[in-house]
Amino acid sequence: MFAFCEDPSVLDTLSWFACYLTNGVHMLFYASFLKVLLLLAITAPVALAFGFAGAMAARSRLAPVSLLGKTYIAVVRGVPDIAFFLFFVIALDQAFEYARHRILCPDWTDPIRQGADFIVCQQAKLPLGTAPQWVHQTYAFFIAVITFSIVFGAFAANVLYGGMRAVPRAQLETAEAYGMSPRQTFWRILVPQMWVYALPGLSNLWMVLIKATPLLFLLGIEDIVYWARELGGTKTSRFSDYPHGDWRMWYFLALLIFYLAMTKVSEVSLERLMRRLSHGQATTGGEAQRRAAA
Amino acid sequence: MSCWETIQDYGLRSIGIGERLLPRTDFTLCEHFVLIGSGMIWNVYFGVMALVTGFCLATAVALGKLSANALLRKPSEWFVFVFRGSPLFIQFFFAYFLFLNLKSVHPVFDPFTAAWLGALIVLFLNTAAYSAEIFYGALRSIPKGDVEAADAYGMSGWPRFRRIIWPTMLRLAWPAYTNEAIFLFHATTLVFFSGFPAWQQKGDALYYASYFADKTFNPFIPYPILAFYFILFTLAIVGAFGLVNKRLNRHLPQNERRKLRLRPNLIR
Repeated sequence: MFAFCEDPSVLDTLSWFACYLTNGVHMLFYASFLKVLLLLAITAPVALAFGFAGAMAARSRLAPVSLLGKTYIAVVRGVPDIAFFLFFVIALDQAFEYARHRILCPDWTDPIRQGADFIVCQQAKLPLGTAPQWVHQTYAFFIAVITFSIVFGAFAANVLYGGMRAVPRAQLETAEAYGMSPRQTFWRILVPQMWVYALPGLSNLWMVLIKATPLLFLLGIEDIVYWARELGGTKTSRFSDYPHGDWRMWYFLALLIFYLAMTKVSEVSLERLMRRLSHGQATTGGEAQRRAAA
Repeated sequence: MSCWETIQDYGLRSIGIGERLLPRTDFTLCEHFVLIGSGMIWNVYFGVMALVTGFCLATAVALGKLSANALLRKPSEWFVFVFRGSPLFIQFFFAYFLFLNLKSVHPVFDPFTAAWLGALIVLFLNTAAYSAEIFYGALRSIPKGDVEAADAYGMSGWPRFRRIIWPTMLRLAWPAYTNEAIFLFHATTLVFFSGFPAWQQKGDALYYASYFADKTFNPFIPYPILAFYFILFTLAIVGAFGLVNKRLNRHLPQNERRKLRLRPNLIR
């Protein structure tokens, strides 16, 4: 990066670190932080949408739809999530390949499960065997995002379902008395008011989502955990211009601080959001704001 | 090979008793059940040990957080923030590499790099922080009247804490603490996926489940079996904690008793 980095072995400590921390692999390490932020930025709205759909389904008056929504919420209970993550990644991958296999190779006669192997035709492989490296990485990331969204969607559905039920009954009855249809009552009365009840649960969920991002590593993504292990390991002068001992501890300390900072920032901004949402609401928080203003 | 022989060979495999070699081909359903069940020994060990030790530290930290003395309060607040604010997964990695570094300083730290002690310490500190937050919340919502009544009876200091404050705190915190116990139990599956090596393939239930999934490329058998075991043990925790809850609430009229309300599990 810097001009004086030509020969690191003669540098003094400070400039050695300046060169070390800006070399090529460290740039990939910093990019993996962006990967984590990208995952959060995509997963949060998608999971919220999944959760909203799940909560709406659970409230439905049609018994099968309601059962479907409630099952979706309930299935995630009682099982460690890490098992879900490991399960969904293989299951989704195989489901996609199986669907493509049925469409692309209709005249294939061999069974797909041959003992321990899962075999689909060459054209159905996802991504194609000939695809470049970045396609494979993007596909793995895409599967991870879907998995996160499904699991967190179920949590969000549970929170939103609770939030919808917490809106005072009288509000809905008033809407009905004004002649609103169920659809109008839902969108104009229930949805705007439920957020203040759902936000504590949702902010909790956001914190959990932040803390779940290292699981990307288990899904085979080159994320911050991967790079911290890779870069921190002992490097000898034969393979690297920057030989050093086992520094993995310090890299993980950096990750620990990164996550603590994320948590602190989220805490502060969610507190602000809660204050905004409580404004004018018939809750203790809203009442306290009204008193303070009066 | 009959299923009974499989149980004899692999029933205690996770703690190193029985057949050394794991099955490699022609996996039977029985082998799945036995080996994953054998791995549950580790999950139970980590869960129970961390919960028991963590409970004591959690009480102390909760009291520290409530203390008026900043020298006690600040460290307690930081302890809770650090362990609740960062992923358990990263804590495991950090602790493992920290112990590795310490090991080269002094051989005393040798056992710390093994999962049975190193991972247990992390789980202990982690659950202590989460439970401390629960207990802290409960301590702050102890009815004022209870404490005033204790004062009126001339109780103070240790007797007041032991006979009034602590039981009430437990009673108020118990439903949330049950959830914490379940989370912790689920979190024990992370141990062998986060640095700590499974020496001689002695791993926990998830370790064996993923072993099967890797070998057979079929996640639809081992993971549901794992789920089955976890649901079973979760129900056992709920049952045991329910009994304690009943005892803690036994002096109250029926309608004031606090019910255990289970919330969905979340990653930490």
